[in-house]
Amino acid sequence: MLKEGKKYIWKDYQKEIADNHYYYARSCIRQNFFPGSEATFLRILKNELNKDIFDDPEHTTCTGIGYHSDIIPLETTMTVVARHFALMTAAGYKNLVPSCITSFGIYSEILETWHEFPETLEKTREHLFKATGREFNLPENVVHTSDIIFKFRDEIAARGRFRLIDQSTGQPLRIVEHIGCHYARMFPHKGIGGAEYPYVLAGMVESWGGEVIDYPERRHCCGFGFRQYLVQANRGYSLSCSRKKFESMEPYKPDMIITNCPGCPYFLDRWQYVIAEQEGKTYGENGQGIPVFTYEEVAGLVLGYDPWDLGLQVHQINVEPLLDKMGIPYNPDEKYAGPDGQDLGQPAELTCMHNL
Amino acid sequence: MGKLYDRLSKDVRFEEGLKACINCGTCTAICPAASFYNYDPRIIADLVQTRDDAVIIALLKSETIWFCGECMSCKTRCPRSNTPGLIVISLRNLSMELGYFVESEKGRQQLAIKRTIGENMLKHGYCVHVDELGSDMHPEQGPVWDWIKENTAEVYARLGGNYNNPGPGALRKISEESLGELKAIFEETGALRRWEKIENFSEMKAAEMGLEFSEGKDEYFQYVYTIDTVDHQS
Repeated sequence: MLKEGKKYIWKDYQKEIADNHYYYARSCIRQNFFPGSEATFLRILKNELNKDIFDDPEHTTCTGIGYHSDIIPLETTMTVVARHFALMTAAGYKNLVPSCITSFGIYSEILETWHEFPETLEKTREHLFKATGREFNLPENVVHTSDIIFKFRDEIAARGRFRLIDQSTGQPLRIVEHIGCHYARMFPHKGIGGAEYPYVLAGMVESWGGEVIDYPERRHCCGFGFRQYLVQANRGYSLSCSRKKFESMEPYKPDMIITNCPGCPYFLDRWQYVIAEQEGKTYGENGQGIPVFTYEEVAGLVLGYDPWDLGLQVHQINVEPLLDKMGIPYNPDEKYAGPDGQDLGQPAELTCMHNL
Repeated sequence: MGKLYDRLSKDVRFEEGLKACINCGTCTAICPAASFYNYDPRIIADLVQTRDDAVIIALLKSETIWFCGECMSCKTRCPRSNTPGLIVISLRNLSMELGYFVESEKGRQQLAIKRTIGENMLKHGYCVHVDELGSDMHPEQGPVWDWIKENTAEVYARLGGNYNNPGPGALRKISEESLGELKAIFEETGALRRWEKIENFSEMKAAEMGLEFSEGKDEYFQYVYTIDTVDHQS
């Protein structure tokens, strides 16, 4: 398809993204596995873009993982979400920004359900008031955190110190983008580019100088599958989904993977480690894995933030090959240091994958 | 005939998920679960729309309703705007309501999810928490997770977190007031009643299977969390 044609289609799938004053909703997964990404998002908004964003200590889970592993009734999830709206209302905000694709899907599904079945909204108001005494207004704007980075991608590029370009060749880095199922599969009109041509990550990659790789299993699930990962007996499902993607992308020789969802970077990172340990198979260059990043980590690299401030040391797949390609300086001795530079030791050596 | 179909129809997700399935199989073609398990969402939609109680009871007791990963790829693709993933969610909910979930190996796993993800929510305020995650149950975490576990406070402080402290930030300690509100919502809206059912039906099944049942990671938990005896794969 001609690029002009794609742009024409994408115009139908643009959405309103509030310009300022956001209520931030943290992610269950990212707090644990990618805390540096959440910190970087807030740093970019506050320090680079001068935006107002409220990180509320009273916010909790939306129950999304429990809901999609079927231990939480719909009425419970609706009322927990209503409590978030009540906290947001009380704090004087109208724009909700969840740091999680599952949460974004949950908020979208519940707002749609309340619209289609208004009696469920009234019942939820009763439940929330009875349980907590709280009342709420509906948000005026609900977007995912990546939508905000997408909106300001050109400003980030303009302020950036580095580009997604291989310094040794001058060529754009070849980048796999992975959207995450609940971003647009359920409600295509709520995702930038819809479900057919999701553009939220591709737009960032293009603005920051890279080249997006199209490959056969580009839209396949990473394999979280909720109960299919949470229960050890089912984990073959999760591993197989990720492996299917790695096998499909390998011939295209990607330099890196950029991800949208809390779970996807975790699975695409950790299952490469498992496959390397189990089969001796690696998908990157020189016996390495393909480095996997969140969109905030990539934005942080473009802006010139220290890689270890971004949290790239808590990945299982080494990121140094990508840093070297981009010409980003880093101090290997500080990779596993504590907050005051203290020595915290380092993770054990891997068996099959070369450590740097 | 039809009573269980009527119960399913009271679930708004079922109402949204099943109009009239034309059996084209598009959902099965796109389904990640169907590419791994011996699983066919088209057949589930077709069986449910028979409205036959005996057929639906067989589904509620089956392995097959537990194979879906709820990725909702089927939602995007169905030419008739059905969503087999939503039908499956409704079936799973009814299976737990009626206690049929303990009749399948995959259904019995609900106890393990309740005792991990479920209890995490009321203990920590979020579904996942570093203190509850070890490489014993998650060996795929790799050596980097062991290093994080050995240096939890320092690593999260290094990365802008606020581990186990009041105030904002990643992994902060959620206030007793907020945890209390969460629990009150769970009580008011049926989550705690569901958990009680999961525990009670599981306890009966454990007695039938001769497995020790108490709380936490007891013998029954370990069994349902790890056992994979049936050849489910396609």
